[in-house]
Amino acid sequence: MELQRLVFSFFNADVASRYWLDIVYGMWVTTYLAAAVVVSGLGLGLSLALARAFQFKPANVLIVIFADAFRALPPLVVIIVLFFAFPYVNLAMSAFTATWLSLSLVLAAFAEEIFWAGILSVPKGQTEASRSTGMSRAQTLVHVILPQAVRLTIPPLTNRMIAITKNTALGSVVAVHEIIYHASSGASEAGNPTPLTLGALAYLVLFLPVVLASRWIETRFAWKR
Amino acid sequence: MDQIIQVFFNGAVLERAWPYLVRGVEMTALLSLVIVPIGVLSGLAVAMLYHLHVKWLNGFIRAYVDFFRAFPPLVLLLFIYGGLPFLGVDLPLFGTVALAFLLNTSSYYGEIFRAGLESVPAGQVEAARSTGLSRWQTMVWVVLPQATRNVLPDLVSNTLEVIKLTTLASVVGFTELLNNARNVQALTYNATPVVAAALIYLIALWPLVRLVSRLEHKSIAVR
Repeated sequence: MELQRLVFSFFNADVASRYWLDIVYGMWVTTYLAAAVVVSGLGLGLSLALARAFQFKPANVLIVIFADAFRALPPLVVIIVLFFAFPYVNLAMSAFTATWLSLSLVLAAFAEEIFWAGILSVPKGQTEASRSTGMSRAQTLVHVILPQAVRLTIPPLTNRMIAITKNTALGSVVAVHEIIYHASSGASEAGNPTPLTLGALAYLVLFLPVVLASRWIETRFAWKR
Repeated sequence: MDQIIQVFFNGAVLERAWPYLVRGVEMTALLSLVIVPIGVLSGLAVAMLYHLHVKWLNGFIRAYVDFFRAFPPLVLLLFIYGGLPFLGVDLPLFGTVALAFLLNTSSYYGEIFRAGLESVPAGQVEAARSTGLSRWQTMVWVVLPQATRNVLPDLVSNTLEVIKLTTLASVVGFTELLNNARNVQALTYNATPVVAAALIYLIALWPLVRLVSRLEHKSIAVR
Protein backbone atom coordinates (compact mmCIF):
# COMPACT_ATOMS: atom_id res chain seq x y z
CA MET A 1 0.00 0.00 0.00
CA GLU A 2 1.54 3.24 -1.23
CA LEU A 3 0.18 5.47 1.51
CA GLN A 4 1.51 3.23 4.24
CA ARG A 5 4.96 3.33 2.71
CA LEU A 6 4.76 7.11 2.49
CA VAL A 7 3.80 7.41 6.15
CA PHE A 8 6.47 4.92 7.14
CA SER A 9 9.13 6.89 5.25
CA PHE A 10 8.26 10.50 5.98
CA PHE A 11 6.09 10.45 9.11
CA ASN A 12 7.57 7.57 11.06
CA ALA A 13 6.55 8.10 14.70
CA ASP A 14 9.22 5.73 15.98
CA VAL A 15 12.03 7.58 14.18
CA ALA A 16 10.52 10.96 15.07
CA SER A 17 10.50 10.11 18.78
CA ARG A 18 14.23 9.36 18.59
CA TYR A 19 15.24 12.56 16.81
CA TRP A 20 12.84 15.35 17.73
CA LEU A 21 14.95 16.53 20.66
CA ASP A 22 17.98 17.00 18.38
CA ILE A 23 15.83 19.08 16.05
CA VAL A 24 14.57 21.25 18.91
CA TYR A 25 18.14 21.81 20.00
CA GLY A 26 18.95 22.71 16.37
CA MET A 27 16.13 25.26 16.40
CA TRP A 28 17.78 26.93 19.38
CA VAL A 29 21.16 27.08 17.58
CA THR A 30 19.50 28.43 14.41
CA THR A 31 17.67 31.14 16.34
CA TYR A 32 20.75 32.09 18.31
CA LEU A 33 22.94 32.23 15.19
CA ALA A 34 20.33 34.20 13.24
CA ALA A 35 19.93 36.75 16.03
CA ALA A 36 23.69 37.21 16.30
CA VAL A 37 23.98 37.70 12.53
CA VAL A 38 21.16 40.25 12.42
CA VAL A 39 22.59 42.33 15.28
CA SER A 40 26.18 42.43 14.02
CA GLY A 41 25.28 42.61 10.32
CA LEU A 42 22.83 45.48 10.71
CA GLY A 43 25.13 47.28 13.15
CA LEU A 44 28.09 47.11 10.80
CA GLY A 45 25.96 47.98 7.76
CA LEU A 46 24.50 51.06 9.45
CA SER A 47 27.91 52.22 10.69
CA LEU A 48 29.36 51.91 7.19
CA ALA A 49 26.46 53.84 5.66
CA LEU A 50 26.87 56.60 8.26
CA ALA A 51 30.61 56.70 7.68
CA ARG A 52 29.92 57.02 3.97
CA ALA A 53 27.69 60.04 4.62
CA PHE A 54 30.74 62.01 5.75
CA GLN A 55 32.04 61.75 2.18
CA PHE A 56 35.68 61.11 2.95
CA LYS A 57 36.85 59.80 -0.44
CA PRO A 58 39.37 57.05 0.48
CA ALA A 59 37.02 55.61 3.13
CA ASN A 60 34.12 55.67 0.66
CA VAL A 61 36.09 53.75 -1.95
CA LEU A 62 36.89 51.04 0.62
CA ILE A 63 33.26 50.84 1.74
CA VAL A 64 32.02 50.50 -1.84
CA ILE A 65 34.58 47.77 -2.57
CA PHE A 66 33.55 45.92 0.60
CA ALA A 67 29.85 46.18 -0.21
CA ASP A 68 30.34 45.11 -3.83
CA ALA A 69 32.54 42.16 -2.95
CA PHE A 70 30.25 40.69 -0.33
CA ARG A 71 27.21 41.17 -2.51
CA ALA A 72 28.92 39.37 -5.39
CA LEU A 73 30.33 36.43 -3.40
CA PRO A 74 27.97 33.53 -2.72
CA PRO A 75 27.63 33.20 1.11
CA LEU A 76 28.58 29.52 1.00
CA VAL A 77 31.86 30.44 -0.70
CA VAL A 78 32.62 32.98 2.05
CA ILE A 79 31.91 30.40 4.75
CA ILE A 80 34.09 27.79 3.07
CA VAL A 81 37.00 30.18 2.54
CA LEU A 82 36.87 31.31 6.19
CA PHE A 83 36.49 27.80 7.56
CA PHE A 84 38.65 25.69 5.25
CA ALA A 85 41.22 28.13 3.86
CA PHE A 86 42.14 30.28 6.85
CA PRO A 87 43.39 27.40 9.06
CA TYR A 88 46.27 27.01 6.55
CA VAL A 89 47.65 30.34 7.83
CA ASN A 90 46.90 29.47 11.46
CA LEU A 91 43.69 31.49 11.56
CA ALA A 92 41.40 28.64 12.49
CA MET A 93 37.96 29.47 13.82
CA SER A 94 35.05 27.37 14.97
CA ALA A 95 32.34 26.47 12.47
CA PHE A 96 29.90 28.66 14.38
CA THR A 97 32.25 31.67 14.28
CA ALA A 98 32.98 31.18 10.57
CA THR A 99 29.27 31.02 9.73
CA TRP A 100 28.39 33.94 11.96
CA LEU A 101 31.21 36.10 10.59
CA SER A 102 30.47 35.25 6.94
CA LEU A 103 26.76 35.91 7.17
CA SER A 104 27.34 39.11 9.17
CA LEU A 105 29.69 40.44 6.50
CA VAL A 106 27.21 39.57 3.74
CA LEU A 107 24.30 41.17 5.60
CA ALA A 108 26.43 44.23 6.39
CA ALA A 109 27.23 44.68 2.69
CA PHE A 110 23.56 44.58 1.69
CA ALA A 111 22.43 46.66 4.68
CA GLU A 112 25.04 49.33 3.93
CA GLU A 113 23.69 49.69 0.38
CA ILE A 114 20.08 49.82 1.58
CA PHE A 115 20.78 52.38 4.33
CA TRP A 116 22.85 54.44 1.91
CA ALA A 117 20.05 54.44 -0.65
CA GLY A 118 17.72 55.57 2.14
CA ILE A 119 20.03 58.39 3.15
CA LEU A 120 20.34 59.51 -0.49
CA SER A 121 16.56 59.54 -0.84
CA VAL A 122 16.18 62.35 1.72
CA PRO A 123 16.12 65.66 -0.19
CA LYS A 124 19.18 67.87 0.11
CA GLY A 125 17.10 70.76 1.45
CA GLN A 126 16.59 68.81 4.67
CA THR A 127 20.32 68.80 5.36
CA GLU A 128 20.71 72.44 4.40
CA ALA A 129 17.79 73.52 6.58
CA SER A 130 18.95 71.66 9.67
CA ARG A 131 22.57 72.74 9.21
CA SER A 132 21.42 76.34 8.98
CA THR A 133 19.61 76.00 12.32
CA GLY A 134 23.04 75.38 13.83
CA MET A 135 22.99 71.56 14.08
CA SER A 136 26.30 69.81 13.54
CA ARG A 137 26.72 67.34 10.68
CA ALA A 138 26.42 64.40 13.08
CA GLN A 139 23.29 65.87 14.70
CA THR A 140 21.75 66.46 11.28
CA LEU A 141 22.45 62.88 10.31
CA VAL A 142 21.04 61.35 13.49
CA HIS A 143 18.05 63.61 14.15
CA VAL A 144 16.95 64.68 10.68
CA ILE A 145 18.20 62.39 7.93
CA LEU A 146 18.12 58.96 9.57
CA PRO A 147 14.54 59.05 10.87
CA GLN A 148 13.34 59.85 7.34
CA ALA A 149 15.72 57.42 5.66
CA VAL A 150 14.94 54.43 7.85
CA ARG A 151 11.27 54.31 6.91
CA LEU A 152 12.14 53.71 3.28
CA THR A 153 14.68 51.04 4.15
CA ILE A 154 12.42 48.85 6.28
CA PRO A 155 10.78 46.69 3.56
CA PRO A 156 13.99 45.84 1.65
CA LEU A 157 15.87 45.40 4.91
CA THR A 158 13.27 42.96 6.22
CA ASN A 159 13.48 40.87 3.06
CA ARG A 160 17.24 40.82 3.18
CA MET A 161 17.28 39.87 6.86
CA ILE A 162 14.96 36.95 6.19
CA ALA A 163 17.12 35.80 3.28
CA ILE A 164 20.31 35.96 5.35
CA THR A 165 18.86 34.30 8.45
CA LYS A 166 17.63 31.45 6.25
CA ASN A 167 21.23 31.11 5.12
CA THR A 168 22.09 29.92 8.64
CA ALA A 169 21.24 26.53 7.10
CA LEU A 170 24.54 26.83 5.21
CA GLY A 171 26.29 26.38 8.55
CA SER A 172 25.42 22.68 8.30
CA VAL A 173 28.03 22.36 5.54
CA VAL A 174 30.78 23.13 8.06
CA ALA A 175 28.96 21.12 10.77
CA VAL A 176 27.33 23.88 12.83
CA HIS A 177 24.77 21.89 14.84
CA GLU A 178 21.72 23.75 13.59
CA ILE A 179 18.43 22.29 12.36
CA ILE A 180 19.37 20.85 9.00
CA TYR A 181 22.62 19.37 10.35
CA HIS A 182 20.66 17.30 12.87
CA ALA A 183 17.96 16.55 10.30
CA SER A 184 20.25 15.18 7.61
CA SER A 185 22.63 13.34 9.94
CA GLY A 186 19.56 11.86 11.67
CA ALA A 187 18.11 10.83 8.31
CA SER A 188 21.25 9.02 7.22
CA GLU A 189 21.69 7.41 10.65
CA ALA A 190 18.12 6.10 10.71
CA GLY A 191 18.00 5.27 7.00
CA ASN A 192 14.66 7.07 6.99
CA PRO A 193 13.83 10.64 5.87
CA THR A 194 11.53 11.39 8.83
CA PRO A 195 14.15 13.61 10.54
CA LEU A 196 14.21 15.67 7.33
CA THR A 197 10.45 16.12 7.60
CA LEU A 198 10.91 17.23 11.20
CA GLY A 199 13.64 19.65 10.09
CA ALA A 200 11.41 21.09 7.37
CA LEU A 201 8.60 21.54 9.92
CA ALA A 202 11.02 23.24 12.31
CA TYR A 203 11.92 25.76 9.60
CA LEU A 204 8.25 26.36 8.87
CA VAL A 205 7.61 26.99 12.57
CA LEU A 206 10.47 29.48 12.73
CA PHE A 207 10.16 31.24 9.38
CA LEU A 208 6.50 31.16 8.32
CA PRO A 209 5.60 33.77 10.99
CA VAL A 210 8.55 35.87 9.79
CA VAL A 211 7.46 35.67 6.14
CA LEU A 212 3.88 36.58 7.09
CA ALA A 213 5.13 39.46 9.25
CA SER A 214 7.20 40.73 6.33
CA ARG A 215 4.06 40.83 4.17
CA TRP A 216 2.44 42.99 6.83
CA ILE A 217 5.51 45.22 7.16
CA GLU A 218 5.62 45.65 3.39
CA THR A 219 2.10 47.09 3.30
CA ARG A 220 2.52 49.01 6.55
CA PHE A 221 5.67 50.83 5.44
CA ALA A 222 4.89 50.97 1.73
CA TRP A 223 6.17 54.07 0.00
CA LYS A 224 3.28 56.50 -0.28
CA ARG A 225 3.52 58.75 -3.30
CA MET B 1 53.82 36.87 3.60
CA ASP B 2 55.61 34.06 1.77
CA GLN B 3 53.46 31.58 3.60
CA ILE B 4 50.29 33.38 2.55
CA ILE B 5 51.31 33.30 -1.12
CA GLN B 6 52.32 29.65 -0.77
CA VAL B 7 48.93 28.70 0.68
CA PHE B 8 46.46 31.09 -0.98
CA PHE B 9 48.02 31.99 -4.33
CA ASN B 10 50.16 28.99 -5.21
CA GLY B 11 50.95 28.96 -8.95
CA ALA B 12 51.77 25.26 -9.16
CA VAL B 13 48.56 24.27 -7.38
CA LEU B 14 46.54 26.65 -9.52
CA GLU B 15 47.95 25.05 -12.66
CA ARG B 16 46.83 21.64 -11.42
CA ALA B 17 43.43 22.94 -10.36
CA TRP B 18 42.73 24.98 -13.49
CA PRO B 19 41.07 22.28 -15.67
CA TYR B 20 38.75 21.40 -12.77
CA LEU B 21 37.90 25.06 -12.18
CA VAL B 22 37.10 25.57 -15.87
CA ARG B 23 34.88 22.49 -15.87
CA GLY B 24 33.23 23.83 -12.71
CA VAL B 25 32.55 27.22 -14.28
CA GLU B 26 30.92 25.46 -17.24
CA MET B 27 28.63 23.45 -14.98
CA THR B 28 27.73 26.52 -12.89
CA ALA B 29 26.93 28.42 -16.08
CA LEU B 30 24.86 25.54 -17.45
CA LEU B 31 22.90 25.19 -14.21
CA SER B 32 22.27 28.96 -14.09
CA LEU B 33 21.21 29.00 -17.75
CA VAL B 34 18.62 26.33 -17.00
CA ILE B 35 17.31 27.65 -13.68
CA VAL B 36 17.08 31.38 -14.41
CA PRO B 37 14.84 31.20 -17.53
CA ILE B 38 12.62 28.48 -16.04
CA GLY B 39 12.40 30.44 -12.80
CA VAL B 40 11.49 33.69 -14.57
CA LEU B 41 8.85 32.01 -16.74
CA SER B 42 7.25 30.05 -13.91
CA GLY B 43 7.34 33.13 -11.67
CA LEU B 44 5.62 35.09 -14.42
CA ALA B 45 3.01 32.35 -14.74
CA VAL B 46 2.41 32.40 -10.97
CA ALA B 47 2.01 36.19 -10.99
CA MET B 48 -0.31 36.20 -14.01
CA LEU B 49 -2.52 33.53 -12.45
CA TYR B 50 -2.62 35.61 -9.26
CA HIS B 51 -3.54 38.65 -11.31
CA LEU B 52 -6.73 36.93 -12.52
CA HIS B 53 -7.98 37.51 -8.96
CA VAL B 54 -9.81 34.23 -8.58
CA LYS B 55 -10.35 33.99 -4.86
CA TRP B 56 -9.65 30.30 -4.14
CA LEU B 57 -6.77 30.28 -6.62
CA ASN B 58 -5.16 33.29 -4.96
CA GLY B 59 -5.39 31.67 -1.55
CA PHE B 60 -3.62 28.67 -3.00
CA ILE B 61 -0.91 30.74 -4.73
CA ARG B 62 -0.27 32.78 -1.60
CA ALA B 63 0.17 29.56 0.40
CA TYR B 64 2.51 28.14 -2.27
CA VAL B 65 4.64 31.28 -2.38
CA ASP B 66 4.87 31.73 1.41
CA PHE B 67 5.52 28.04 1.93
CA PHE B 68 8.52 27.94 -0.37
CA ARG B 69 9.83 31.31 0.77
CA ALA B 70 9.86 30.07 4.37
CA PHE B 71 12.17 27.16 3.50
CA PRO B 72 15.88 27.84 3.20
CA PRO B 73 16.81 26.64 -0.31
CA LEU B 74 19.38 24.24 1.15
CA VAL B 75 16.67 22.58 3.25
CA LEU B 76 14.47 22.21 0.19
CA LEU B 77 17.37 20.72 -1.76
CA LEU B 78 18.34 18.24 0.96
CA PHE B 79 14.71 17.28 1.52
CA ILE B 80 14.14 16.57 -2.16
CA TYR B 81 17.52 14.93 -2.58
CA GLY B 82 17.03 12.71 0.48
CA GLY B 83 13.30 12.18 0.14
CA LEU B 84 12.62 11.49 -3.56
CA PRO B 85 14.24 8.03 -3.60
CA PHE B 86 11.85 7.00 -0.82
CA LEU B 87 8.96 7.98 -3.07
CA GLY B 88 10.36 5.67 -5.71
CA VAL B 89 11.22 8.65 -7.92
CA ASP B 90 14.67 8.37 -9.44
CA LEU B 91 15.71 11.74 -10.87
CA PRO B 92 19.23 12.40 -12.17
CA LEU B 93 21.20 14.76 -9.92
CA PHE B 94 20.80 17.68 -12.33
CA GLY B 95 17.03 17.21 -12.26
CA THR B 96 16.92 17.05 -8.46
CA VAL B 97 18.91 20.24 -8.11
CA ALA B 98 16.87 22.02 -10.79
CA LEU B 99 13.57 20.96 -9.21
CA ALA B 100 14.58 22.20 -5.75
CA PHE B 101 15.80 25.53 -7.07
CA LEU B 102 12.76 25.91 -9.32
CA LEU B 103 10.34 25.62 -6.37
CA ASN B 104 12.35 28.25 -4.54
CA THR B 105 13.02 30.72 -7.34
CA SER B 106 9.53 30.59 -8.89
CA SER B 107 8.15 31.90 -5.57
CA TYR B 108 10.57 34.81 -5.49
CA TYR B 109 10.16 35.73 -9.16
CA GLY B 110 6.41 35.29 -8.68
CA GLU B 111 6.33 37.83 -5.85
CA ILE B 112 8.37 40.30 -7.89
CA PHE B 113 6.17 40.04 -10.98
CA ARG B 114 3.04 40.28 -8.80
CA ALA B 115 4.27 43.60 -7.41
CA GLY B 116 5.05 44.69 -10.97
CA LEU B 117 1.62 43.83 -12.32
CA GLU B 118 -0.01 45.63 -9.39
CA SER B 119 2.06 48.75 -10.08
CA VAL B 120 0.45 49.31 -13.49
CA PRO B 121 -2.54 51.69 -13.11
CA ALA B 122 -5.97 50.29 -13.97
CA GLY B 123 -6.44 53.13 -16.47
CA GLN B 124 -3.82 51.53 -18.70
CA VAL B 125 -5.86 48.35 -18.96
CA GLU B 126 -9.11 50.25 -19.53
CA ALA B 127 -7.54 52.39 -22.24
CA ALA B 128 -6.02 49.38 -23.99
CA ARG B 129 -9.26 47.39 -23.82
CA SER B 130 -11.25 50.33 -25.19
CA THR B 131 -9.01 50.48 -28.26
CA GLY B 132 -10.17 46.95 -29.00
CA LEU B 133 -7.23 44.93 -27.69
CA SER B 134 -8.21 41.59 -26.20
CA ARG B 135 -7.43 40.84 -22.54
CA TRP B 136 -4.47 38.72 -23.60
CA GLN B 137 -3.15 41.38 -25.98
CA THR B 138 -3.55 44.02 -23.26
CA MET B 139 -1.52 41.86 -20.90
CA VAL B 140 1.30 41.16 -23.37
CA TRP B 141 1.58 44.55 -25.10
CA VAL B 142 0.52 47.06 -22.43
CA VAL B 143 0.71 45.70 -18.90
CA LEU B 144 3.71 43.37 -18.96
CA PRO B 145 6.23 45.81 -20.51
CA GLN B 146 5.39 48.45 -17.89
CA ALA B 147 5.29 45.91 -15.06
CA THR B 148 8.68 44.50 -16.01
CA ARG B 149 10.21 47.95 -16.28
CA ASN B 150 8.89 48.91 -12.84
CA VAL B 151 10.44 45.90 -11.10
CA LEU B 152 13.57 45.58 -13.23
CA PRO B 153 15.96 46.26 -10.30
CA ASP B 154 14.36 43.47 -8.26
CA LEU B 155 14.41 41.09 -11.22
CA VAL B 156 18.12 41.62 -11.85
CA SER B 157 18.91 41.47 -8.15
CA ASN B 158 17.02 38.19 -7.76
CA THR B 159 18.78 36.74 -10.80
CA LEU B 160 22.09 37.50 -9.09
CA GLU B 161 20.83 35.66 -6.01
CA VAL B 162 19.80 32.66 -8.11
CA ILE B 163 23.24 32.40 -9.69
CA LYS B 164 24.81 32.55 -6.23
CA LEU B 165 22.34 29.88 -5.17
CA THR B 166 23.92 27.34 -7.53
CA THR B 167 26.81 26.94 -5.04
CA LEU B 168 24.41 25.00 -2.79
CA ALA B 169 24.34 22.21 -5.37
CA SER B 170 27.88 21.37 -4.24
CA VAL B 171 26.42 20.05 -0.98
CA VAL B 172 24.71 17.16 -2.78
CA GLY B 173 27.76 16.45 -4.92
CA PHE B 174 26.87 18.35 -8.08
CA THR B 175 30.23 19.11 -9.72
CA GLU B 176 29.93 22.87 -10.15
CA LEU B 177 32.68 25.41 -9.45
CA LEU B 178 32.65 25.34 -5.65
CA ASN B 179 32.51 21.56 -5.46
CA ASN B 180 35.40 21.09 -7.87
CA ALA B 181 37.45 23.70 -6.04
CA ARG B 182 36.89 21.97 -2.71
CA ASN B 183 37.83 18.58 -4.14
CA VAL B 184 41.11 19.86 -5.53
CA GLN B 185 41.75 21.66 -2.24
CA ALA B 186 41.39 18.38 -0.37
CA LEU B 187 43.62 16.67 -2.90
CA THR B 188 46.44 19.22 -2.80
CA TYR B 189 46.04 20.24 0.83
CA ASN B 190 46.25 23.87 -0.26
CA ALA B 191 43.72 26.71 -0.14
CA THR B 192 44.53 28.11 -3.59
CA PRO B 193 41.71 26.34 -5.50
CA VAL B 194 39.03 27.67 -3.12
CA VAL B 195 40.50 31.18 -3.15
CA ALA B 196 40.64 31.02 -6.95
CA ALA B 197 37.00 29.93 -7.09
CA ALA B 198 36.04 32.84 -4.84
CA LEU B 199 37.90 35.24 -7.15
CA ILE B 200 36.16 33.74 -10.19
CA TYR B 201 32.74 34.30 -8.59
CA LEU B 202 33.79 37.82 -7.64
CA ILE B 203 34.98 38.75 -11.13
CA ALA B 204 32.04 37.09 -12.89
CA LEU B 205 29.31 38.53 -10.67
CA TRP B 206 30.74 41.96 -9.93
CA PRO B 207 29.31 43.57 -13.13
CA LEU B 208 25.88 42.28 -12.15
CA VAL B 209 26.24 43.83 -8.67
CA ARG B 210 27.15 47.18 -10.25
CA LEU B 211 24.14 46.92 -12.57
CA VAL B 212 21.82 46.24 -9.62
CA SER B 213 23.23 49.25 -7.77
CA ARG B 214 22.76 51.51 -10.78
CA LEU B 215 19.19 50.36 -11.36
CA GLU B 216 18.28 50.71 -7.69
CA HIS B 217 19.69 54.21 -7.37
CA LYS B 218 17.96 55.20 -10.58
CA SER B 219 14.58 53.93 -9.37
CA ILE B 220 14.98 55.89 -6.12
CA ALA B 221 16.01 59.02 -8.04
CA VAL B 222 12.85 58.76 -10.18
CA ARG B 223 10.72 58.93 -7.05
